[in-house]
Amino acid sequence: MPLIAGMSVLLGCQFLGEILVHGLQLPVPGPVVGMVVLLVGLMINGRVPTGLRTSGEGLLRYLTLLFVPAGVGIMVHFDLIKADFWPITVTLVVSTALTLAVTAKVMSWLTRSIPRDPRDEWREERP
Amino acid sequence: MSMPAPALEQLWVYLSASPLLHLLVTFLAFMGASYLNRLLGGTPFLHPVVLTIAIIIAFLTLTGTDYATYFEGAQFIHFLLGPATVALAIPLYDYRERVRRMLVPILLSCAAGIVTAVTSAVGVAMLMGASRETVLTLSPKSVTSPIAMGIAEKLGGIPSLAAGLVLITGSLGCALGPIIFRLVRVRDPSVQGFTMGVAAHGFGTAYSFSSIGAVAGAFAGLAMGLTGLLTAFILPPLVHLFGF
Repeated sequence: MPLIAGMSVLLGCQFLGEILVHGLQLPVPGPVVGMVVLLVGLMINGRVPTGLRTSGEGLLRYLTLLFVPAGVGIMVHFDLIKADFWPITVTLVVSTALTLAVTAKVMSWLTRSIPRDPRDEWREERP
Repeated sequence: MSMPAPALEQLWVYLSASPLLHLLVTFLAFMGASYLNRLLGGTPFLHPVVLTIAIIIAFLTLTGTDYATYFEGAQFIHFLLGPATVALAIPLYDYRERVRRMLVPILLSCAAGIVTAVTSAVGVAMLMGASRETVLTLSPKSVTSPIAMGIAEKLGGIPSLAAGLVLITGSLGCALGPIIFRLVRVRDPSVQGFTMGVAAHGFGTAYSFSSIGAVAGAFAGLAMGLTGLLTAFILPPLVHLFGF
């Protein structure tokens, strides 16, 4: 039963998130607020229950798969993209590369004085 | 022939109308794409998600199936995105100490990332002569789809196209991320993960979990939520600066 209990906690938090979003007219999706709700809950509880960890980490392991149905939706927009193909393509590539570079640079500069966890270094070295 | 064509056709009509077929197609395409990606040495240019999406679109085009029919089956997978987003709180809780230590850098770099994403998107699109609608639709591209759609609508862009561009941005982020990190010499997995979450939302988060590690995944999830939240407030006034 722990798996069911874990899944119920996740769905329950999402449910609370949806209620908060609609009740307070927040400009964010319900699941994001649900994430905050669960985080607060875990901090109060002081540990992650085993069932919750099993179901949560199981879902996160296949997070990439979960984006596929929405991703296939791009097929609906082929005509719109074709109309402005070059501006869209160049903008997306340049802007994404710039965003990655600036965010990474700013953050590593701001955190340069914060002590590192020595275990972190080798993780990145994976091929 | 023991199986006359009309019977086969009837079977196809029956199967393609039930959720079973497209659910199965999604799983098989994902397994095939993951296998192919491993075979090619895990190259970031053929990210399994991008490959899976391409395979499925090819399949749907060949069989003349529209997206709505496909989604009837695939919605069961799509639904799990909600609880999975909630579950991002678990790694975040595990690394709460590190998040607390880095709180100020986190907020500042998130803001820097958003400003870069929006100004560069709007600036380049205007230089390239994109239509006003396209420029506005491109502006929220780094934010997770539901938020981006809301923002695009509020600004006068095209919500459904915004959702599509968000997906392309996500796959681009996964392809460009490793190259950029090497160029700017950033190795810290928490910084890498956070950056992926800011620039490539959920795709970047999934990528961080699968290719960098748990710390990176936790920071990416945090970045994704934070970027969505902050962009909703920062973007509209920022776009006004460009005269929209």
